[in-house]
This record gives sequence, C-alpha cells and structure tokens, in this order.
Amino acid sequence: MPRLTPLPRDAFDFAAARHLLVRAGFGGTPGMVQGLLSKGLDGAVDWLVDFEGDSASGPDRIVQADTFDPSVKMQLTAADYKAYRKAREAGDEEAIAAFRRKQEQQERDDRGAMRSFEQWWLSRMIETPRPLEEKLTLFWHGHFAASYTTVENSWHMFRQNQFFREHAAGNFGDLLHGIIEDPAMLRFLDNNRNRKGSPNENLAREIMELFSLGEPELLGRKRSPYREIDIKEAARALTGYTYRGNDFVFNRNQHDNGLKRIFGRNGRWNGHDFVDMLLAHQSCSEFIAWKIYRAFVNDVPETPPSEEVRNVVVQLGKTLKDHKYNLKKTLAELFRSAHFYAASNRAAHIKSPIELVVGSVRDLGVPVRNVDTLRTAAARLGQRLGHPPSVKGWDGGRSWINTSTMFLRQNTTVWMLTGRDAGGHPWPNDNTPFDPMPLVEQLKRDGQIDPDEATVYLQRLLLACPVDEARSQAIRQVFTLANDRVNADSLTAALCVLTALPEYQLC
Amino acid sequence: MTHDHDHLHDCDGNGNMAFTRRDFLQRNLALAALAPTVPWFVQQSAMASAAPLGLSSIPGVAEERALVVVQLGGGNDGLNTVIPYFAPQYYDRRPTLAYRAPGSNPNATGWDADALPLDAKLGLGLHPALAPLKELHDDGEVATIPGCGYPNPNRSHFTSMDIWHTADRNPSGSDGWLGRYFDTHPVTEGSNEAAIAIGNNAPRALTGSSVPPIAFQSAQQFRWTGADIHESLGETYQAMSSEAASTLSQAATANPQLDFLVRTNMDAQIAADRIRGAVRGSNGVSYPGGSLARQLKLIAKMIRGGLRTRVFYASMGGFDTHSGQRGRHGRLMSQFANAIYAFQKDLRESGDDERVMTMVFSEFGRRVGENASNGTDHGTAGPMFVIGKHAKGGVHGQHPNFTELDSGDLRYTMDFRRVYAGVLTGWMQADPSKVMGSQHKPLAVV
Repeated sequence: MPRLTPLPRDAFDFAAARHLLVRAGFGGTPGMVQGLLSKGLDGAVDWLVDFEGDSASGPDRIVQADTFDPSVKMQLTAADYKAYRKAREAGDEEAIAAFRRKQEQQERDDRGAMRSFEQWWLSRMIETPRPLEEKLTLFWHGHFAASYTTVENSWHMFRQNQFFREHAAGNFGDLLHGIIEDPAMLRFLDNNRNRKGSPNENLAREIMELFSLGEPELLGRKRSPYREIDIKEAARALTGYTYRGNDFVFNRNQHDNGLKRIFGRNGRWNGHDFVDMLLAHQSCSEFIAWKIYRAFVNDVPETPPSEEVRNVVVQLGKTLKDHKYNLKKTLAELFRSAHFYAASNRAAHIKSPIELVVGSVRDLGVPVRNVDTLRTAAARLGQRLGHPPSVKGWDGGRSWINTSTMFLRQNTTVWMLTGRDAGGHPWPNDNTPFDPMPLVEQLKRDGQIDPDEATVYLQRLLLACPVDEARSQAIRQVFTLANDRVNADSLTAALCVLTALPEYQLC
Repeated sequence: MTHDHDHLHDCDGNGNMAFTRRDFLQRNLALAALAPTVPWFVQQSAMASAAPLGLSSIPGVAEERALVVVQLGGGNDGLNTVIPYFAPQYYDRRPTLAYRAPGSNPNATGWDADALPLDAKLGLGLHPALAPLKELHDDGEVATIPGCGYPNPNRSHFTSMDIWHTADRNPSGSDGWLGRYFDTHPVTEGSNEAAIAIGNNAPRALTGSSVPPIAFQSAQQFRWTGADIHESLGETYQAMSSEAASTLSQAATANPQLDFLVRTNMDAQIAADRIRGAVRGSNGVSYPGGSLARQLKLIAKMIRGGLRTRVFYASMGGFDTHSGQRGRHGRLMSQFANAIYAFQKDLRESGDDERVMTMVFSEFGRRVGENASNGTDHGTAGPMFVIGKHAKGGVHGQHPNFTELDSGDLRYTMDFRRVYAGVLTGWMQADPSKVMGSQHKPLAVV
C-alpha cells in the first residue's frame, strides 16, 4: 500500500502544530496550539480527524440547528395556486395581487431564513471544538457547489449543509451517491426537469467535469476522461431523480429505463449505477486527491504543477482508492506526512475570506461583535456562504486577491480589532471591548512586557512565515509611538498593522 | 472637462491628511530608481505625464482610446437577441420562445411584442426589449456581428468562457487576450494604464505577465482604514509598504505567493489615490437600476474624470436560461440595453464618446430548439456587438443558416477572434498578430 513519508515525530514543533491547526481547522489561540503540540503528532492528528466522539461538547449545544423552519417555502398551498389560476382566468386583479403579495412574503421570509442559516454556519465555524468537521463541510460546499441564488430554498440549503457535515470525513462514495438525491443540487442543476424523452444534461455534465473526474487538462492528462456521448447517456440514467417538497423522490414514470452506453459499457443504467462507474473510473480518486491537496496543502499557483506536487497527488489518490474512498484515513495520512509540513508548503495558501474572518476571531481572540458584519465582509471579499459563484465553486488561491480585496481584507481586520469603521462599508460601530493582553500574557516580567519581545512573539504567533527586518521594525514603531508601553491600546494598534501585512493573508 | 491631477492638500473626509498623487509620484520615482522589480504600476505612474488627453492624426478621434468589454455570463440566447425571422426553422424549433418578424402584430406588447427591425435584407430583427440599443443602431453606432463562435465548440460555461477570455481554443495555462495585449504593447509615455474591472475579481481576459489588472466594487472602500485609528498608523503602513517594495526581489525567490501579495498591496495603494480622485466627478445622465448600469456608471465617471486606462471590464450574469426563459431573458435584455444606452448618452454628453468603444460578448449562444422547460440549453454561436461613435454600424457577416445544423446547434459564421482582431487593430492601434497569431483576419468593425 502506498504511503506518504511521515514527518519525524520530533519535528512536530510549535510552528508545525500551528500549521496543522490552521490548515485542518481555522486556527486558534496560543493555548490551543500548545494543547495540540502536547498531544504529539499522532495524537494531534487523531484528535482532529476523529471528531465524532466529541459530541457532548459538540457545537450543536452552542448554536441550535432546530430553529430553522422546513416549511418556510410551503406557505402557499395547492389551494392557493388553484385559486390563483382561477383568478387569472376570471381576470380577478384583486385576488391575483393578493396571491402575489403572499408569494413575495414567502420569498422574503426565505431570504431571511437563508441569512440566518449563513450566520449560524459562520458562528459554528468560529465556535466549534471540532474544527476539521467544519473545514471539510466548507470544502464539500465548494466542491459540490450549489447556490441559493438558483435553489431559492433555505431549508434545502441547510439540509445539504447537514449532509456535507454528516459525511465530512466519511466516505466520498457516500457523498457522490447522496448528491444525486439532494434536493438543492437536483434543483441547482435542473435535474428536476430531466425527464425520459426530454433529458436535461446539466447534472450529468457537472457531476463528471466538476464532482468526480475533473477537467480534461488536469495534471497533464492526455485526453478527456469522458466524451460528449457519455454525458448524453448519463443524463438519461439520471432521469427521474427529482424531489417533491423537501424530499427526494425517484419518479419511475420519468426515468428512462432503456439501454445506455456509458464509458463504453451497455446496460439499463440508473443514476446510482452511473455513480458507481464514476467511482470506479481511474480519474476519480486522483481528481479528489487533487482537490484535497489544493485545499489543504498548497494553492499550487504554477501551471502545470511541479513533478513533486504531481507525485504526491498521485500517491494521495492511490491512498484514497486503496482505502475505498475513506476520507478520514486519507486525511490522517496527509496530515502526518513530511510533505504536508515541508517549508515549501508553509505560507503557501492564501486564506479564503471565510478562513480570514473565522481564523482572525480564533487566532486573535477578538469578540465576534456582529456576526452579520462578518458574514457580509466575507461575501464582499468573494465568499458568501451558500452562494458560490458557479457550480465550479470558488477558484481560491490568487483569485481571492486583487487591489480591491486587499484593502477590504485589511479593513475587515481593523474593524474586527477596533469595532470602528471609517465609513463606506458600511459596518456598525461596535464598542465591545477587546482585550489583546492574553495573547502576550506569557511575556510578562514584573508586570511589564518588553516591546522588542512582543514584536517578535506576535509574528511567531500570527504569521506562517518570517517578516523581514524592515517591516518588523514598522510593527515595533507602533510601540515606540506609545512610549514603549505594551498595553491594550498599543497592542491593538500593532495588531492593526500586523494584520495589514501581506504575510497575514497567508497560512 | 478638467481634472485636477494634483489635488495637493486633499483630505480623506475625516480630517486626516491623505496621501496625494504628488506624494505617490515622488515616492514612486524614488522607488523606480531603487528596485529593479517594482510593481508595474509604480513605473506607469512615474512615467505618466500630466499633459491633457492628446489627439491623434485621425481628425476627431482622441488618441487616449478606451475599450469597454461587457460580458454576458451564462450563455446569452443569441437567437432571441438577434432574431432570425428569415428562418422558418427558428419558428418550428421554438414554438413558445420565438419572436415574430417586425410588424407582424404591431399591437402586441411586452414580451409578446414583435422583433424590432434590424436588417430587412437579411431578415434579422432585435429582441423587443432592445429598443434603446435599436436607437443607437439607428444612429449608426452599433456593429452587430451574428454567429460568432469558434471551431469544435465547447458547451461547458467555464471552458467556453476561458476560450473567449484567452482567445485560444485550448485555454489551459494561457493568459487573457487583453493581458497579452498589454504584454505585447508596452507602455508609451502618457498612456496605457492597467485594465480596470468592476467587481471583486478581475476576469481571466485581463491576466497577463506584465500588467496586473485592478478590480474593485466601489471607490469609497478603496483605501486602508487603519489610518483613521491614529494618523501615525497611516505613516507606518506607508513605510511598511515601501519597505515591502524594496525587498520584492528577495521575496520573489523565497515565496511566489508572498511576492504576489506584496505587489498587489503596492498596486492597491497607488491605484486608490488616482481612482478615488477620478470618480469624485459626476455623471452627465441618470442611469437605470441593475448591476450592469451601476458598473457602466462608475466606468463613465472614471473616463470622464480623465483616467488614461485603456481597458475597462464590466459583466452581467444570469443568462443561463434553462427554464422559464421568456420573462427572465426579456428582463435581462431590457437591463442590458438600458444600461448601454445611458452609458453612451453619458459619454456623448462629455464628448468622451470620441474615445470609447464598447464590445459585448457571451461565452456561447443556446440550442436552436427550446427544451421541455420553456428554456434553452447550452449551444454554440451567438452575436457580438461593437458599440461606439466610431463603430461601423450595421450587420457584419452572415447569420448562420438553419439547414446545416451541427446536431441541433448553429455552425458559427464568424470566428470571434476576427472581431477581437478588428477591435485591436482598428481601435486600439495594436498589432493583433502579436496578441493571437496572424490567422485571424481583422473584421472591419471600427
């Protein structure tokens, strides 16, 4: 069985533990990093990966999920629609208007519910004691990317989110099988309109191109793993996979039970037969390994990727396949590998907006202030939960960064640290006090903190790579302006500068 | 219109001194001398002269020309944009979605109205919601190019969009066509600043190796607000970024991601000052609602404010009309046409229509036949528009015929790269063969 070379145990130091916590989760305070470090490499990886046992302290206790309403989009009844049709026939303008008002109210309610869901999930990421669970849920949301803009049903989006969470570190096969029975995805990719005799190819195409096999050019492939004819035939296999109300239904009358030829094999294939073929396809495990690698190890900005990267991805794909798509085992092997901790993979990942926002709360210990502001800030930075820009998800890496988002990232952390907005965003001012002193607590000698020490220590705590001397001096300068006193004010100001460093955008 | 290039004693509205353009220029000049790898923007700004916008030898055409690219994302239904009423097959294959020929039923209104007349000889009309575009057409300012596409069409949104953005049938790894334009047509004095995209992300069309594009949603947020906490922090921030620039070459070898971030940070600071200066002005007309109108309004302000930027990019989504197309597509057409119309009027008002050309495209058209959901699925060729005072108005080329369909799809009659080539050579005064090879004969749309 192929193996990635593991990291020597004694190489698992503070920086390595921090790297693991940031990549496999959303970071944490110095105390949390220290806690992870004390478990040793194997213990730390096991703790992150085996999160299910931790249900007593699970985040459901913190943020209740049962406050969401499954019937928010069911306020209009069949009788309402019938009355509406009658009103239209009769030209009863008043009844028509009344129906439309009710319909608009329902849509407003649902959009409100969607915002609550986004806030709930963001809070959950901030508060969770099971960071990998939420990290993977976000990963699958970006992989099987469906947007509320099309789905227009907050309950279906929430259900899909719970589905990703349930299988977060489970088995990829279960995810791929489950997605063709997921109402949000069926709606998003028009499969509710994919019927015998009038196929709609949307789901069939994207499940191959984006969910399982990958684009033809991936990792220097010579040819596409599928052809147009496979898409057409797979669309027939997926006919009749639809939903009614909040539930998946397999509509036999709309399913095309005829012979299909997919990947050169003939049979009366249905949707799950097709998914099994995808899982057996040699391109599938490699593509999923590639997605995992880009999300957890390195953005790989160079195209094509280096020989070394390609080898590791191929190896990881083999691990995934040998473990029959068991994600937990695959991730554990990755998180133990020397490659994961290699210098070239430190500070090699540009934080996504969610990672920036959630990570800043967890790393700095700032108050949440206003979860909706954090939600909208991430959205403006290009990552609105539940609203990926396309079925391809978020491109990630350098695509997060441009001249506009650079400022907005820096301004977001200023607001998080100070609660003050210079206007234009517009974010509410917030007076919740932030005490940054616990961050540097252990530097205290006779009640005093040395500003030189603090300057070095903060970088070690919050950055994945060293900063050159000149910029380090710029941070030190903030303490000089405060007569070399390290107190809540000067420390907050120093953090404003530190989080504005280009290095802070990396992890 | 006049633009104050040196608003020396400018404040940021909170009483804090903001860094002025002159400060930037001086700083940048110093940097340009210091470091071999300063961001491109620094070099640009250092070289930019404060001379008024120049005129070329072509009478009446300003030298400081700008191209505005408008992207219709999702695959705009070309057959219901430029209506091929000459073709009975159009009506056979689209029983619920087709628009009647102009004048068939003049009393019909709304989404049920007849197509607007475009070219009677070719039997082509315009979607009834495109009336504002039709007015510009009647003024001779709209070049309509039906049937734009490329060989062996790809029906994936992403791949096809990449093909349009790179002007390359095999887009993997290629830079954008406009990025390559910047790469192959280096800066000359007083012109050619980075492309500006309205939005959170710059499109691939603008990516190149020499001139990173600028992207932003709104101008007010385009600065660091940490300076408001304490004014000295602004200085610290500035100093930090300058140091960052001076150590670029060092960072480049160590960590390419960091190098990228440092450069972007630098670019952001310098661009911010110029752009916020330019958009302090106002528009000459009022704009309708909608995302495209908002973007074009901002672009018009920048153009009127005297930015020398040569390429602007705006985009509008929602064209993936797999179901219930008639109302949805009609609303999109209406938003599109009204936004373009206001933009063109605005530019006319300030006289900037002399120096602006707009080009409109979508990644593909849609299938000829409608589907069972009163929508249309991904297809192939579709129309492009080139709009501006100096556009060569009228229909260019042929509409694809309906007798030789390729498994239900149109065969393209115009390689879109011929339109790009026409815009590059005719408008940007660039050599298209440097940007995408010499095999695409420029189409005379300008």
